[in-house]
Amino acid sequence: MKTFRILAVSLAGLAFAGLAHAAGGAKHPHAPEGGWPFEGATGEYDKASVQRGYQVYKQVCSSCHSMKLLSYRNLGEKGGPFYDSAYPNPNDNPFVKALAAENEIVSPTPNDVGEFDLRPATPADHFRSPFPNTAAARAANGGALPPDLSVITKARHGGASYVYSLLTGYPDFALYEDRITEENGETVYTTVIDMAKFEKLGEDMPHHGPAYLIQPTGQYYNPYMAGDTKPNYLGDPRHAPPGGFLAMGPQLTDGRVEYTDGTEATVDQMAHDVAQFLAWAGDPKMQARKEVGLATMVYLGILTILLWFSYKRIWRKVEH
Amino acid sequence: MTAETTHPTTETVDDDRRNFIHIATGAVALGGAGMFAWAAVDQWSPAADTKAASSLDVDVSKVPMGGEIRVLIGGKPFFIRHRTESEIVAAETVNLAVLPDPATDDSRLRAKADGTFNKTILVTSGSCTHLGCVPVGPSQGNTGDFGGWYCPCHGSHYDTSGRIRKGPAPKNLPVPNYRWVSDSVVNISL
Amino acid sequence: MSGHESTYTPNSAFERWLDKRLPIIRFANDTAISFPTPKNLNYWYVFGGILAVCLAIQIITGVILAMHYEASVDGAFASVERIMRDVPFGWLLRYIHANGASMFFLAVYIHMFRGLYYGSYKAPREVLWILGCIIYLLMMATAFLGYMLPWGQMSYHGANVITGLFGAIPLVGESLQTWILGGPSIGNQTLQRFFSLHYLLPFMIAAVVILHIWALHVPGNNNPTGVEVQDVEKDTVPFHPYYTVKDGFAIAVFLIMFAVFVFYAPNVLGHADNYVEANPLVTPSHIVPEWYMLPFYAILRAITFDIGPIEAKLLGVIFMFAAIAILFVVPWLDTSKVKSMRYRPVARQFFLGFVAVCLLLGWCGAANPDDAVIPALRGEASLVVTYTDAAGAVASSTYAGGDEAYEAAEAFMATLPATAGASLEAVPAPTFLFRHLSLILTFMYFGYFVLLFFLGLSEKTKPLPESIHKSVLKAHKPKTGTAVPAE
Repeated sequence: MKTFRILAVSLAGLAFAGLAHAAGGAKHPHAPEGGWPFEGATGEYDKASVQRGYQVYKQVCSSCHSMKLLSYRNLGEKGGPFYDSAYPNPNDNPFVKALAAENEIVSPTPNDVGEFDLRPATPADHFRSPFPNTAAARAANGGALPPDLSVITKARHGGASYVYSLLTGYPDFALYEDRITEENGETVYTTVIDMAKFEKLGEDMPHHGPAYLIQPTGQYYNPYMAGDTKPNYLGDPRHAPPGGFLAMGPQLTDGRVEYTDGTEATVDQMAHDVAQFLAWAGDPKMQARKEVGLATMVYLGILTILLWFSYKRIWRKVEH
Repeated sequence: MTAETTHPTTETVDDDRRNFIHIATGAVALGGAGMFAWAAVDQWSPAADTKAASSLDVDVSKVPMGGEIRVLIGGKPFFIRHRTESEIVAAETVNLAVLPDPATDDSRLRAKADGTFNKTILVTSGSCTHLGCVPVGPSQGNTGDFGGWYCPCHGSHYDTSGRIRKGPAPKNLPVPNYRWVSDSVVNISL
Repeated sequence: MSGHESTYTPNSAFERWLDKRLPIIRFANDTAISFPTPKNLNYWYVFGGILAVCLAIQIITGVILAMHYEASVDGAFASVERIMRDVPFGWLLRYIHANGASMFFLAVYIHMFRGLYYGSYKAPREVLWILGCIIYLLMMATAFLGYMLPWGQMSYHGANVITGLFGAIPLVGESLQTWILGGPSIGNQTLQRFFSLHYLLPFMIAAVVILHIWALHVPGNNNPTGVEVQDVEKDTVPFHPYYTVKDGFAIAVFLIMFAVFVFYAPNVLGHADNYVEANPLVTPSHIVPEWYMLPFYAILRAITFDIGPIEAKLLGVIFMFAAIAILFVVPWLDTSKVKSMRYRPVARQFFLGFVAVCLLLGWCGAANPDDAVIPALRGEASLVVTYTDAAGAVASSTYAGGDEAYEAAEAFMATLPATAGASLEAVPAPTFLFRHLSLILTFMYFGYFVLLFFLGLSEKTKPLPESIHKSVLKAHKPKTGTAVPAE
């Protein structure tokens, strides 16, 4: 019967292992080298990185992606990237005011004659949305809706690592080949990717090539995107590459952003910074949570020890 | 309890309930409940977005001479009055001794960044100090017996400096926390 | 026990005055202070107290969250995030409430398995057990209703799947579903009624908990020996301070685990898709309920065949509800006279197997039914070329093996004319799928209860101790070899 128990325990262990791999066909996202500073029981956001990440968001992402749940004041709140202890109320923080005022928004309240003016944002305003509504967003993006980024790191398996992996995971431009074929008298242009040269795939790389993946028009291949590449793979369907297609092409190129703090803007650096910014945006109370958590743990530890001694003392004369 | 412990043959109920360890345990447990209660109480305090909505920039250059505009900040009413020359004189020449709540007109204004006063603009709260009704004023064509505001609920009269002159209200209309952002814009915050 | 004499003596004039009019202090004293409790209860018996704490925490945090929540399809998602961002301590209260549901279920499952192991459902405690089953049902309803409120993708599509189950009921199903949803689909009206019920049900749980405790205090606690109390003096201790302090210690340990989730992994028990606002046009690729519903979800999906006129979908629903309903009749399914599994060596092994079956069903519920249980054992997929042959009929040709198979398939396709419309696809090798495992486990789940019936009639049990007191003394007698802790 001992074997039975061992069997049960190992099956339970297998269950947990199985759950971890339930994610599907996409490549498992990975953190940047050295991991994230905000991981662990006492980890905190790297403030400078989150500040740079805001710059990347502002100059790159925000032209398509909204962040409806954030307000400019959040940038200056405790735990935020531009928090200044001299201004506990972020609405008074001149730097936050200046950051907000860089954005022209449609006033949410009508003016004297009932029209909605364009005006510079204040800290109390929500982040400027690039499109007035989802229909406009779709129309401007070939039918695809750029997801709101407010809680994107909580809404994807892998969180910040997913954002980082996705942004850095596209194949290099050198791997794309344009094919021009004649079909029924019409010229057809297709873009294919030679997966046998895509070294970032690691062990998922086809062992011998050429192994081409056809990229659908208006779509881009990314190994971290959930999806199915089988129908587009011109090779052994049993070894179709991981990942799928998304409507967003590679956005980051070296030097795309000029960092105000002088950091060199490599693709990796920008992806790292913007992922950390989005991690903060999705979970701005993380630092407060860990602080209260530590105090709670210490308290519960003391209470448990006291209760243990109290329990032992009360029961000391009773056989049980 | 392990087997090697020796137990008395007759068991007695614990007679030592006032032991220090029990008191300490009880106190620590109560303290924890208190801390949790604090979180449960503090969540009623204004939320961050509510606080952010409690400040407003108002362009006072749009207030007509002799008239007023009324604004809501965080749901509370405020009056911004553009006073005429005669209203300013009336406000300044009152004998303070007859006032129920004596205050000079200057004490009810805020200096601009350069230290000067713009006496034509008066900013006050819009809640009667009696029971919180919103008084009527120039916009409703009734300024009361003293040319300022009149509260229709119980008949309180305010003058052109927002001071109580007659009626049940005990205090002048309070002056909110505001400052001059520029020559034509005031920022009012709660 | 109701039979026990009241030990309360009013000490002051006021207490005597009150005792004649409303003997509430006497009642509190007799139920929570001096109540005689078997002195051999082990740590499996602390979960009742833990559950009371869980219910209190859920009600307090829930009432608070309702003060900030907005039950509308346009505002629900943003209002939950506003609670986490702007309301003072809102993140704490919401994470306690969300993880509290999981903690509540964890404790209730241990509490139920405890009852099954020690035979706490047997006479004279059948009503106590049934009331517990009612609480469990109400808890599942409350959790389901509450999961919809954040208005995420899982909220919406999960609710869609579950309310769709009512549609499987013959004749009235579709009108019933429309009635529940208040329209053709889940909308604002559904969210509002679910919110209202989510607020109401916990108070009904609290009411049934009172009945549950009342039904407990009539026969008194069961205990690990299953032998009833014979001598109050020797077999029992007063509830306070003996069990208040022991339960208190266990509650503190439980809260430590609870706090680890709340502060360090607040979203690990949830699903990432629920942070995507509900979108009726996009279904998540993999809909799964919260972990505590997974075993029943596995049973629901295990039935993929029709039996006679009953369709598979309805059959799945029937099996799922039967899995819960069977708990209500356990007191009469188990025919053994002996309560505790301690003295039922054979039944005990089956009980442990039953626990494993429940855990494995949970695993199946989380998995995709068409995935291999052990992927390593699955052979390589074969390649199938489908084409139209010269006669115009659809033909196919299968290639198995490694890279050579692919080369052979390609070579074959090259020989076919363009008009054949050849296509190549990979067909996974047959293997043991989660669908199969779920079905086996479903029958094992029900089989356990059938087995209890027959086992009770024939089983040879170990001798029972004469009394609780004697069993305690025996356990403490120093033995040669290992000492068995009685805890």
